[in-house]
Parts: sequence; structure tokens; C-alpha cells
Amino acid sequence: MANVADTIKDAAPAVGQWTRGRLALVLVGIAVALTLLRYAGLLPDALFRLPEALIPPFALWLDVIFNFIKDDLGLLAFTRMLTEGLEWLLDVTANLMFGKRRWPYLGPIPWTAVAAVAAVIGYYLGGWRMAALGAGTFIWTALIGQWKIAMETMSVLMVAAPLAFFIGLGLGILAWKYTAVNRAIKPILSVLQTLPFFTYLLPAVIFFKVGPTAGAVATTIYAIPPMILMTTLGLQKVPSEVVEAGNMSGCSKWQLLRHVYLPSARTEILVGVNQVIMLCLAMVVLTAFIGMPGLGAKLLAMMGSFKLGRSFEIGVTIVLLAVTLDRMSKAWVVKQPEHFERDTPWWRRHVMLLTGLAAFVFFCIAAQFVEVFAEIGRKQNFSQGKEIDTLIKQFLALDPVQNTTGAIRYVLNVWILNPFRDFLLSIPTPAFILCVVAFALALGGKRPAVYGAIFFSLVALSGWWDRSVITLYSVISAVTLALLIGVPVGIAAARSEKWSQRVLLACDTAQTFPSFIYLIPAIMLFGITATSVVMSILIFAMVPLTRYTIEGLRTVPPEMTEAADMAGATRMQKLVKVQLPLALPTMAVGFNQAIMFAFFMVIIAAFIGTQDLGQELQRTLAGTDLGKNFVLGICVSLMALTFDLTIMKWAADQKKALGLPD
Amino acid sequence: MTADTVISCKNVWKIFGADPERYLRSMPADHSFDDIRADGYIAGVKDVSIEVSRGEMLVIMGLSGSGKSTLVRCFSRLHEITGGSIVVEGQDIMSLSEKELIELRRNKMGMVFQSFGLLPHRTVLENVAFPLEMRGQDKHTRRERALEVVKLVGLEGREEYFPRELSGGQQQRVGIARSLAIEPDIWFLDEPFSALDPLIRREMQDEFLRLQGMLGKTIVFITHDFDEALRLADRIAIMKDGAVEQCDTPDQIVLNPATEYVRKFTEDIDKARVVHAGVLAQADAAGEGEPVDAKASVQDLARLLVHDTRPVIPVATNGTVIGGMDRIAALDILLEAS
Repeated sequence: MANVADTIKDAAPAVGQWTRGRLALVLVGIAVALTLLRYAGLLPDALFRLPEALIPPFALWLDVIFNFIKDDLGLLAFTRMLTEGLEWLLDVTANLMFGKRRWPYLGPIPWTAVAAVAAVIGYYLGGWRMAALGAGTFIWTALIGQWKIAMETMSVLMVAAPLAFFIGLGLGILAWKYTAVNRAIKPILSVLQTLPFFTYLLPAVIFFKVGPTAGAVATTIYAIPPMILMTTLGLQKVPSEVVEAGNMSGCSKWQLLRHVYLPSARTEILVGVNQVIMLCLAMVVLTAFIGMPGLGAKLLAMMGSFKLGRSFEIGVTIVLLAVTLDRMSKAWVVKQPEHFERDTPWWRRHVMLLTGLAAFVFFCIAAQFVEVFAEIGRKQNFSQGKEIDTLIKQFLALDPVQNTTGAIRYVLNVWILNPFRDFLLSIPTPAFILCVVAFALALGGKRPAVYGAIFFSLVALSGWWDRSVITLYSVISAVTLALLIGVPVGIAAARSEKWSQRVLLACDTAQTFPSFIYLIPAIMLFGITATSVVMSILIFAMVPLTRYTIEGLRTVPPEMTEAADMAGATRMQKLVKVQLPLALPTMAVGFNQAIMFAFFMVIIAAFIGTQDLGQELQRTLAGTDLGKNFVLGICVSLMALTFDLTIMKWAADQKKALGLPD
Repeated sequence: MTADTVISCKNVWKIFGADPERYLRSMPADHSFDDIRADGYIAGVKDVSIEVSRGEMLVIMGLSGSGKSTLVRCFSRLHEITGGSIVVEGQDIMSLSEKELIELRRNKMGMVFQSFGLLPHRTVLENVAFPLEMRGQDKHTRRERALEVVKLVGLEGREEYFPRELSGGQQQRVGIARSLAIEPDIWFLDEPFSALDPLIRREMQDEFLRLQGMLGKTIVFITHDFDEALRLADRIAIMKDGAVEQCDTPDQIVLNPATEYVRKFTEDIDKARVVHAGVLAQADAAGEGEPVDAKASVQDLARLLVHDTRPVIPVATNGTVIGGMDRIAALDILLEAS
């Protein structure tokens, strides 16, 4: 970090920076002094941790407020009314996808028909390869015997994603149109994006009943923010001349929005659609924690009983679904309309639509006669759960494997993780806050520092300090380990165009996986232990780090590396003196994302068994403890926001100072 | 204002900034562009009074940032002006309601943009038919009309293409066709050919002159290219820092620049190509012998001027002598001697 402070000094006017760095050092000095006093036994207990008596009962207050809104203001009645409509919608998709006995009593749609339609859509969007991916995913799902649970998941997704799209689009338009709305929405969005998902789940359960409805609501809310952001961004980017052309064509306000703005913002809106779908998938899997049946619930159950083979198979299904949905929606973004010559007959213009319909009808009819076309029975599927399970367990039982994982576990736990955790816990609360403020001040300046002070003080006031510190410890240690692995990998890959492409593709693909998936390899290797927690976060956080390292290095303007070459720099000199400094702001964005991912993952890891906020959060799900749930969620959010504000500010400042585009 | 004045603007101001109206009211009258900028405001259009007559082609010219695009956007109220008045076809456009303004644009105005401003998701035909669709014409008539205009600009056979499938010149033809679809009386062109390659630009200028020859519209044309202005204009308005420095015929601008800025601007122009015999003719001098045509430029007459010996040469329009041209004065222009 000293290095970073130096760069800042170079980049901006000297005087202000000097005082900023100096002040941060002073703060750290005080923090060290406080900690040493504590070690010497001289610090009064009240300065070590906030005494219980001083902690305001936030949870209680919140509960009072929630109850007031819920019962006295009649919000519960209102949401229960919404629930009915939502339930109806979910019943329709549930009937169609997996044959739940509800109106319209048509389903289930045969798996062959779904696979055929997926193939046609895939072909339309991206040629044969996409068609193979689409069909392959659904054929795999059916053959492996997971059709029903996969369709349970899909049926919720099919309701939640369009809902999130329309709400996000509407709010995005409002935020773009009215600055006041924009200003009101921005901070809410940043909190929402850092709020742990357990905090979405409990209110959903309380207000919308357990099961698919609550799952759909939580999923929808979770997926709305990026849609709002992308809509606003897209509308702002419409070229002024196109708008003026619309005006001069005599558009009314509504016509302008409908015919000029929205179509011109197509790309950004479709990117938003892609993000909505992916976030929905990630969340819908996680709604397993509130009893939503489907792939997530099955995975949770299988991992809980350490059935690795079946977990692995479900993992593959989820990954395939994620990749298919992601690739197809991304192909839709870049798909440009093709023109038809004049007088092309109607059927030629709509040939794909007709093929899709024909395939659908054909398989629906065929399924009436050939039973395997309709459904793969219990005995017919190709699931190798048991065999894979034995295989994995045999592999893990091999001596070299056991020795390696055992050694990693031992070194990590005994030498690194536990001492680090104990050290963090031994720091007095005020000293800890001072360190955070110093960090924010040195990197981001005054504003992030003030926010950091307020946010962490609130965390201290919440009374969940120790658990917050443990959460933070998991995040910091996992991200640090991820840095040590991810950045060198990125640097190595960026050296050749071919490898950059490959690793970027791998990262892109990995980022589409629902976060739940990352638990599987960690649990496989390290069982249900604390090491698994750090490992799963590590894998998850490594992806953005590697990715942004490559992107940062690759966006260094070629004339600068050429200038370095001509100046006779060695590869190492070029990397250290030219490429890394210029790539650092971009890498910081990746670092920030890694931290946000880590905060997300650490909560999911509660499932493995941790002692942090996530664990407490998960416990609240069993009851109706809304106040406590919120306090815990906000604690996570506040810590994450402090990092977010600081690092993004630093990255933006650096980019500006270096004259790089945003 | 005569009956044939189509656009008349008086003391028009357009100021960008936090609270432009209040600033304009409190501002001293003799504030310069830089004074205004020092106060944190930008004078996009600065006290402009100008009139455009029916069938006339007014070319507004100036360097980038001189306010020419802003001024033309004030004419169609794409920008709300800060002060002054603009009257279009007898209507004060600042007093129009939104509905009336939309009606005006739907029926009387067409505009062509520098980077075309085409809608990327619509085919050529749909783009051209867009203004017709906005005013609610039925599908069949608007298709007929759009086909007609597409043919007029020479894009037959490309009706079903999307803008990204066309070259720049073709895209601008679509832009022109779209602006003509509603048969506007007033035609605004904002640097329509600036984004095109020089060769295409030339071709499009010819095309434009051909169209104008057929349609005879009232035109406000913006350009930063003096040669283009001279080729096309009936009158040229030269703008600098939001204000009009001079508004006159090309001949007068070249012969009698009103300000130092205009003089510098016209310095490198080959005056012999711009100045016409008609301008040099003086009514009180008659001259003798064969008259020359008033529309001939000095360059056209070069050979005659050098070989002729008459001190004063008669000038005629359509066979009627309107005056005599001093041969030495004309020669001076030809030889760039001032």
C-alpha cells in the first residue's frame, strides 16, 4: 500500500496529498499505540469493545418499525394480495414446465420439445454451435434425471426475470427522466448491491409466503438494480442528433421514447437483460435457503449429506444452464437485424419462427406416442451419482491427495488463518476503525474516510463487532490469497494474445456460474471445514482479479509499450515501469469486485458453518426476526460499501490523473 | 418584414449556464463573448437578427463553436432561446404550445444532420417514412410517399437495407430523403456533407443543387467550408463567437468585408470566381459594344477582360443593359491586386 500512496503523490498536486498521507500515518500510529496499550493490559475494557450497555437495541427498534409498517399500515395485507397474483403466474409456468396440477392443465411440456426449441433459438442467435449448446444442455438435464428440479428452477426464473426486466426498465426510465428520482435511487442501489442475499430472503418470506412466491420476489428484487443502471446508461448514450431527428420528425414525447430512445438504447438494454437473467439464476439457486424447491434445494441437500457425485452432476446442470442462458442472451445483444430483399415471401422472413413452432408441435405430438420423448423415468436416466461419488471419495482417500490437502489445510489454518483472525480480534475497536479510516483516507481522500468512519462506527454500535471482524477476516484473507494467485496468472496470460483470449473466456464463463457452484470444489477437496470457506471465496474472488489484470495490461496503449521497447527496456522493466502502473486503476476495479464477491460468498459459506455474520443471518431465516436480520445485513453492506467507495474513488482518480478513459 | 419573409429573428440570444434568463436580464449590454464566459456562461447565440426570404438559400458559416448549429436549432426550437424573438411563417415560435410546435415540425420543417441521425433499427424505407408515421399517416400512403422520395435521392433498390449496411454518402441520402418526406417548406441542413469524403461531398453537393433546382425550398444551410458556401449560397452569414459578423451575398462579402475577421476569412478566396459582372456594373456608366452577361463571374470573363480595349464594358441581364463595368477594376480582381 505504501507503493500506492507514492503513486498518488506523483499524480496529483503535492501539498494536499502530503498532508493526506501524513494524516493517515498518524491515525495508524494512534491505532498501533492503542493496540499495544491493550496488549500491555493498560487499556480500559470500555475502549477495547463497546460495553453491552451502550449498544442501542437497533434490532428492537427496527422490529417496532417493521411491525408498524407490516400490520398497522397494512403492508402485509397488500403484499399478500400481490402474492395471489404472483402465485397464479408461478402456477402457470409450473404447470407448463413440470406439470404442477394447476390451470391451464396443459403441461408438462415434453423435454424433447423444450430442447428442440432451445436448439432453434440457439441456431437463430449464434449458428450451429449455439444450437448444440442449447439442445445439449436440456438433453443432459433430462438424461441425467434432473428434468423436474431443473424445471422447477426455470419456472421461477421465467416469472422473475421478465418482472425484474420491466420493473428495472420502468425505474431506469424514471431515473433518466427525473434527476430527483435518480438521486434518490442511486444510494439505494449501491446498498442493495452490497446487501447479503439472506437479507433479501427473510423479508420475502415474511411478506410473500414460503416457497416459490418468496423465491420469485427475492430473485426479482435482487436482479433489478443492474437493469436500472443499464437502462439509464443506454438512454443517456443515445446520440443527440438521433433525438433531434426524432423531434424534427414531429415526435410527441411518448413517440420519442417509444420509437427513438428505447430502440436506440437497444444494446445497453439487452446487456441489462443478460445481467438480469444471470442474477436471477444465481439468486433462484440460493433461494433454496428459504425452501424453494429446485436445483438449488437439491444441491444444498446433497452437499449437506456429502453426496459428492450427485452434487457434481447438479453442479454441471446449473453450469450448463448458466452458460447457455448467458451465451444466448449475449448473442442477442450483438445480433443485428438482417434485411430481406423486397418481395421476400412471408414464410421466408419468418423461417426461424416457423421452424421453432414446427419442432415444438412435432415433439409435443411425438411425445404422446413415444414415452421417452415425454419424460425420462426414474430407472431410465443415466445418472452416475453413486459411481462418481465413490470415484471422488477414492481419489480423495489416496495418500498423496490426502497429504496435500491436509498440508494445505494445516498450513493455512494453523500458520496463517487462525493467527490472523486472532490478531484482528485482539485489536481494540477504536484502533480498528482508525486503521480503516486511514486506509480510506490514503486511497480515496476525505469523503471515503468520513464514510468509512461513520459506517464502521455503526457496525461497532450494532453490537455484532466480533462477528463482523470475523467476516472481514475471511474476506481479507481470501482476497489476499486470491491476489497472490490471480494477479500472476493474469500477468502471465497477458503476455500472449492467444492465452489472454483463453483465460478471459474462462473467466467470463466462470463469472456466469451461480456463486453456489463454487462451494462444490472447495467442499470436495477440503470437506466441511473452515478451509473450505476460504477456498471457495478464494476461487470466486480470483476470477475478477485475473480478468481485470489481463484487461488492464491489454488496454495499455501500444505506443507506450513500443516507446518502452525503443528505450531498451527489458520485459521485466517494461512490466514494472510501464504496464503495471498504467494497468493499476483497472486492476483496482477488479480488486474491488473481488472484495464484493468475497462479501457475497462469505455469507453463502455460512452453510458450511462459520462464526461470522452470515451464520447469524442464516439463523434468522428460521424465524421472523426481521430486525436482527436487517441489522446483520446492513453490517455486511456497510463494510462492503466502505471498500467500494474507497477503491472506486482511487481508481477513478488514478484514471483521471493518467488520462485513461473510464 | 415583408410578406415573403419565412424566418425572421430579432435580437436572439441563447446562453448556456445555470440560470441563463436571469443572467441575460442583469447583463450589461456591451458584454463580450469572453466577458460572458468569465461569468461562467456560454453565449451560443449572441444578439442575432437575421431574415430568410422564401426560396432563398442562406448559408451560415463559421468555425466550429461559432454558434451556427445552435442558431439553426433555435429556428426550429430544438433549443429554447434565452432572449429575442423568432417568427416562422408569421408565427412566433416561442409562443407555440408543444402540440402546435409538433404540428409545425410535422408539416413545415425538415432537417438534415451532420452525422445523419438515422434510427439504427429501421430500414431505409422505415427511416424515410418515420416522420409520416409520426403524424399518423396510414401504412400504404406513407410507403408510397417514402418510395417516391427514396427514388428521388437515388437509393432505389436499397429500401430494405439497414443504415449500418450503407456507406456514409448513402446514409446521408437517407437523411435527406427523410427530411423531404413531409414536403417541408423550410429545409434546415446542419453540415450535411462534413462527415463525407471530399469526392463524395462534391457529388452530394451536385445532387443537392439538382434537388433544390427541382424543389425550390427555403433553405438554411450550415457549413464550415467556405468553398461549399460559395457554391451554394444566395446569401452567406458569417458567425464568430455566437454573433453574426456579416450577412450578405458572396460577392459583397468578398468585395466589402464588414469586419477584420471576415476579411481574414475571405483572404485566400479566389475572388475572380466569386464576383459576378452584375455586381461590378454601375448604373451611371453605360459603355459601348457587345454586353456581357451579369451572371458571368470575373474568371469567366478573363480572356475578354485581357483582350478587350474598352474602358467600360456594358453588362446585361436577359438582354437588357443594366450598367457598365469598369474593365480595370475587373482586371484588378482577376489579378488579385487591391
